[in-house]
Amino acid sequence: MSTKEWPLWEVFIRSKQGLSHKHVGSLHAPDAEMAVSNARDLYTRRSEGISIWVVESSQVFANDPADSDPLFEPSQTKIYRHPTFYEVPDGIEHM
Amino acid sequence: MNSLYKYILRIADDSLILGQRLSELCGHGPIIEEDIALTNIALDLIGQATSLYEYAAIVGGEGKTADDIAFLRFEREYVNVLLVEQPNGDFGMTIARQWFFDSFRVLFYDAMLESTDQQLAAIAEKSLKETKYHWKHSSEWLVRLGDGTDESHDRVQTAINYLHRYVDELFFMDEVDTALITEGIAVDLASLKVAFDAKTSEVMEMATLSFPTNNWKQVGGRVGKHTEHLGHILSELQYMQRAYPNMEW
Repeated sequence: MSTKEWPLWEVFIRSKQGLSHKHVGSLHAPDAEMAVSNARDLYTRRSEGISIWVVESSQVFANDPADSDPLFEPSQTKIYRHPTFYEVPDGIEHM
Repeated sequence: MNSLYKYILRIADDSLILGQRLSELCGHGPIIEEDIALTNIALDLIGQATSLYEYAAIVGGEGKTADDIAFLRFEREYVNVLLVEQPNGDFGMTIARQWFFDSFRVLFYDAMLESTDQQLAAIAEKSLKETKYHWKHSSEWLVRLGDGTDESHDRVQTAINYLHRYVDELFFMDEVDTALITEGIAVDLASLKVAFDAKTSEVMEMATLSFPTNNWKQVGGRVGKHTEHLGHILSELQYMQRAYPNMEW
């Protein structure tokens, strides 16, 4: 009997037309077709979705957590990148 | 008992017994993902059985409820095909059994959409969507097991060889069917055979599997003559109603 583990897949579900796919979790499957099938059973049981994407987890390239400071720290001091310095004219609601 | 009542029971019993069989795997599936997939299919089948028993209770007209019909008949009164009562065996056996059944059921429900009986047509419409997914799932697995490793190929081929004797019974018809076919209520099962052979052969070829030749054909379930396995299924299925009559929860 083979003891080889099936690869891991990341699952993305779009909940309705017009919204984007969101990462909902991961699962094991022998190939892409079965990964979609398993995702349907695991993640759309309660009508959560109308579209499923799967990506083999090993295909996801992520940043090195050790680089977090150089990557993300600098933006914290750039408050002018947030549009918070405008005076909202009278009569404009729901901004 | 009228023909329509008997006819509904045949469809309902197939769903109930296979659903019960699959539910034995809850918590015992080969991996968590497949465990949930098989349990989903079991629930779909038991849901289909529920709709059918509820309709049978109305048609039967003897004041019996759907639960009475599902839980309080004796073994010889169940009219499911022998295929669905066969043990789960290894995963190859579970998948091969499911795949034979799904291949038949997709064609059956598709034909039943045209039934002149509004209730049966409505049940078929709801069930067909579920069944198409079951078929896709079992077909995908059959191909992967058949065209997988030497061991998976041998195991699923062994399952096909064993179960093939029970496949013909899916097309069993007698006087229950004939009258209803004339009225446009029942599906003429003989008309599905060509499509069934084509549908199954295509998947078998992809799976690099072959049907056994000269196989013995076993029938009996449709008239209440079962293999030794059904009694064991019923002892578990009926336990609560037998031990605590009329219990509800």
